[in-house]
Amino acid sequence: MDNKRRKFLKIAGLSAIAGIGAPAALNMLMKGNVQASSPHGHGDDHGGGHEEAKGHGAHHGEVKQGKRYGLVIDVHKFNQTPGLAQKCISACHDTFNVPDIGNKKDEVKWIWEEPYTHAFPEHSHYKRNTELHHLSFLVTCNHCDDPPCVRACPTQATFKNEDGIVMMDFHRCIGCRFCMAACPYGSRSFNWRDPRGMKDGKPFIKKVNPEFPTRMRGVVEKCNFCAGLLKKGLLPKCVEATGDTKAMVFGDLNDPASEVSKVLKSHFTIQRKPALGTKPSVFYII
Amino acid sequence: MYDGAKIIPGLIIFVVLSTFAIWYGAGDAKQVPKPEKPVGYTNCVKPTDFMRQSHMTLLNQWRDEVIREGKREQVEAGGKMYEKSLQNGCMHCHTSKEKFCDVCHSYASVTPYCWDCHMSAKKIKGLEEAI
Repeated sequence: MDNKRRKFLKIAGLSAIAGIGAPAALNMLMKGNVQASSPHGHGDDHGGGHEEAKGHGAHHGEVKQGKRYGLVIDVHKFNQTPGLAQKCISACHDTFNVPDIGNKKDEVKWIWEEPYTHAFPEHSHYKRNTELHHLSFLVTCNHCDDPPCVRACPTQATFKNEDGIVMMDFHRCIGCRFCMAACPYGSRSFNWRDPRGMKDGKPFIKKVNPEFPTRMRGVVEKCNFCAGLLKKGLLPKCVEATGDTKAMVFGDLNDPASEVSKVLKSHFTIQRKPALGTKPSVFYII
Repeated sequence: MYDGAKIIPGLIIFVVLSTFAIWYGAGDAKQVPKPEKPVGYTNCVKPTDFMRQSHMTLLNQWRDEVIREGKREQVEAGGKMYEKSLQNGCMHCHTSKEKFCDVCHSYASVTPYCWDCHMSAKKIKGLEEAI
């Protein structure tokens, strides 16, 4: 009797484990663990598993079709022209009513300068020529091909548009800051304070551009590659600010005849944190 | 009826009190709001009736088209082209939020959150004067 019961319990236990585990295991096998690194957003599963297999850690592998805007930043030209970086930053921040809060903690920025070790931690080592360590690098949203922020956003407030630009729909942002945690470049800023507010009688937005709204408190913001201007056939404000110096070259990376493609072909360029597989669209000539 | 002397006056008091809001304001009809129409423009992007009822739907639709689908082409009204934008489109003609938008919104007691981010000319001036 005892023996029988023991057998019965064993079989029952085993079948329970098999019953619970098998569908989950099958699911994982079928989907190839899509959620973990799907190039698409939430719930957008078409071909996700397939592309994932190809895109695994490969930087030269698949190339997305259609337009893909990108930017090449020539660091030497920036450092040969003092004040140029600042000019780019103000051109951007003035256009988009980016508030200047005045302290590092609440800071909001779309484009800013970083030292070499911060911009390129993977490329940093002791024996790097000292010149590099004294340079500053303009950094902004990389408009990645596989943007982690888009995957993290629970409301699809941030998404990738048809031109490869990672856009923000401020209307939809609930301020959860998941995207900020997901972005490996720190390209996103949270409005801790009301950007229309002021401190010591000084408003955070010095000069309001009436053609663009401000944000409200509790919203995340970042560079949008001047998507509206691009549609009008204009260049992004930062690129426009560099003028004839060619310190920044902007264009369609998927068009072999575009100026960026030519610059990329003829120069050695690096990306920020390429090993993460986000495939940034901003390149640096160093 | 038992206790009729209490119930009937009680009912009357109840009816009077519960309809207080109706008879208190009787004969004192509020003016229907008259938002100030822009001078020199005859046509809006959609018929007035549609705009009166569904301008918010149109604004949401524009927002999704512009931001999500990248359809930023302009819309036509009375031979003129306008941007699909609250600040650069609508307020190109309806220049005053206070004299146009707010008139109906405060009458209907709605507070749309457009103005948390979008700005009226007056607001911009206010922000700039604070410098």
